Amino acid sequence: MTPPVSIVLHTTTRFVVPIMLLFSLFLLLRGHNAPGGGFGGALVAVAAYALYAIGSGWRQAHVALRRSPETIGAAGLAIMLVSAALALLAGRPAFAALRQDARVPGLADLDLATPALFDVGVYLAVFGSMITVVLALIHRARVMTE
Amino acid sequence: MTDDLLLALPLLLPLAAAVTVMLTRGLPRLHGPLNVACMAALAAVGAALLARVHDGAVLVTFLGGWRAPFGIPLVADALSVTMVLVTALVAGCVCLYALVDVPPRQALVYHAVTPVLVASANGAFLTGDLFNLYVWFEVMLMSSFVLMALGGEAPQVRGTVKYMATNLVSSTLFLAGVGLLYGLTGTLNMAELAARVPALGQPALVSVVAVLFVVAFGTKAAVFPLFSWLPASYPTPPVATTALFAGLLTKVAVYALLRTFTLIFVHDVGFTHGALLWIAGLTMVTGVLGAVAQDEVRRLLSFHIVSQIGYMVMGLALLSPLALLGAIFFTIHNILAKTNLFLIGGVMARLGGSFELKRLGGFYRAQPLLAGLFLVPALALAGVPPLSGFWGKLLLARAGLEAAEYAIVAASLAVGLLTLYSMMKIWSQAVLPAAADPARPPAGPVPRAQLAAIGVLAASTLALSALAWPVCVVLGRAAEGLLAPTAYIEAVLRA
Amino acid sequence: MEVVLAYVVGALVTLAVLLLLRRSLVSVVVGLLVLGNAVNLLIMTMGRLTRAAPPLVEAGAVLPEEPFANPLPQAFVLTAIVINFGLLAFSLVLTASARAIAGTVDPHELVGPEDTPPARVGGAA
Repeated sequence: MTPPVSIVLHTTTRFVVPIMLLFSLFLLLRGHNAPGGGFGGALVAVAAYALYAIGSGWRQAHVALRRSPETIGAAGLAIMLVSAALALLAGRPAFAALRQDARVPGLADLDLATPALFDVGVYLAVFGSMITVVLALIHRARVMTE
Repeated sequence: MTDDLLLALPLLLPLAAAVTVMLTRGLPRLHGPLNVACMAALAAVGAALLARVHDGAVLVTFLGGWRAPFGIPLVADALSVTMVLVTALVAGCVCLYALVDVPPRQALVYHAVTPVLVASANGAFLTGDLFNLYVWFEVMLMSSFVLMALGGEAPQVRGTVKYMATNLVSSTLFLAGVGLLYGLTGTLNMAELAARVPALGQPALVSVVAVLFVVAFGTKAAVFPLFSWLPASYPTPPVATTALFAGLLTKVAVYALLRTFTLIFVHDVGFTHGALLWIAGLTMVTGVLGAVAQDEVRRLLSFHIVSQIGYMVMGLALLSPLALLGAIFFTIHNILAKTNLFLIGGVMARLGGSFELKRLGGFYRAQPLLAGLFLVPALALAGVPPLSGFWGKLLLARAGLEAAEYAIVAASLAVGLLTLYSMMKIWSQAVLPAAADPARPPAGPVPRAQLAAIGVLAASTLALSALAWPVCVVLGRAAEGLLAPTAYIEAVLRA
Repeated sequence: MEVVLAYVVGALVTLAVLLLLRRSLVSVVVGLLVLGNAVNLLIMTMGRLTRAAPPLVEAGAVLPEEPFANPLPQAFVLTAIVINFGLLAFSLVLTASARAIAGTVDPHELVGPEDTPPARVGGAA
């Protein structure tokens, strides 16, 4: 593992990054009916990731991602397309909102809707593509300094 | 199939192909054939749409199910559907060509981004909302950036920098025009704008917005004097990319000009379309003069793109049914011929080892069939009868004479001669003479996929030439629909 | 208020043009960013500035509480910001590439010489 840039930053990110990721999920989940949403949520997550990459080194950050950022972005795009196509399957225009109340006995009442699914797709697509850019920039910066 | 599905497929199909490519990184051999199949399916969708709208009908669907004026409509009329169909054909041929042309390291990104480019072009053709048009233009710009910079050689980075800076500024001007138009009318639905702009009673303000649109679309369509980015950037990427750009990108901007300057900005035709006529003439002449001076195949063809945009703008500027018919016909002919010329140029350069005319040669001896196929788009581009370019120019010249604009007709005919000259320059310097470098070992045979792509495009040009009359009947309805857009407006607002 | 914002838009566009004309790709990218923001502000202003509630529908209601702000310009600007953001990210990567490959961010040095030897194909002499 590459040595951390600064021990203070390295320690701080360990506390801040989980909180930022939680906040980004919060933004995503409330997004389809209130301020928030997939894009904003994803940007917070990207900021958290960039912070982690600066604090712990980009190799470590790359490992932590598990999947390649391109795959994450493509999965997001696939989810967006599915949410658009679901409406077509139901005989409505593409992207029309479909809602379905689902009851999980003893746990919760869920209000499932395709806009929320679309938001998840946006979240993953924005996260994947922005991480690609962040990694490209970090990589270029390393090429230049070496 | 329902209209909703049929109208959404030109967007969803290529996007689905792009996602599939990205998610199946481990199966690179599938990507190229997948894209070819996707474009074939897209052409089928285009044909199905054309069967519905060829008689002047207009199909509408609202994304998300929100009606006008809030929702974003996708509108299919004869013009937009024709463009979707031609786009599918050309993109299919380019994907076929690219099966054996893209280096393995760049293949994944190439195959993933090309369908996105096609989807965004289709979005621009079908959308009935100005802001949505802006979004599709930006998606197109972003995917073309990626394709252009792919490979990352120094000349490519240079070309992309020019391309990026010019096009981003023009996009921003487009957005400013959209914002001002929204402030004036309170809507960005194109059908509603067509109804509201004349009632506004402020032709001067609308003219200001119209000028912003001319500059924005004009930069993207590469008209005089905003074209210098095109010959500087188009020759740099690989041929499979340039051919798609050459056929498609500038023509999307021409389509946007055709749409907005028949539907929305017809408040002061003397000013706006008068200016467009000057732009058209100067674009033709400067473009072809630039081309005549070139000795490199791709740069030469790039200047011809500019020159021929002039003909399309000329048809729009004259604003008569015949002129618009000529503009649409010429656009289709040009997309087919120009893409094909770039593909053939790519084969020539691979066999000859260079894009320089001086270093080429021996093409006729090595590939007599391809040399013959080269003549089809080259002579069509020059406007030699009975090929498609001749019919397009004939329609435009006739429309110019009817409008008593003799200067532009004279310019267009002179430009046609110079086009013929520079096509013959390629023929006599690169195709006919013996190889410039006889010591060079002969290259292998041309891959069958590339031969097929070139053959299909040449056959399309021949078909367009032979079937010029029935095509003109359908496109004539499209032109009439542009000039008297009541069907378009009612279809959107009453849907 | 509209007048003030009109001047702000004007000042931002001036600044953007100034930056776009500078001989550094980094300045050009920042100029594009400023230009994009100027136009976003223009759209916001053109959508009429009002003192009104956010256009959010309360739980159980069908319409937001009157008077509410026009949501369309906000949606336009949000979309434009997203697009600008993506393009800016790409431009930055491109600038970094230019620096790494050509060793300069001066557009004149980068794109100036038109007589650069054209790319050869297939390893010709």
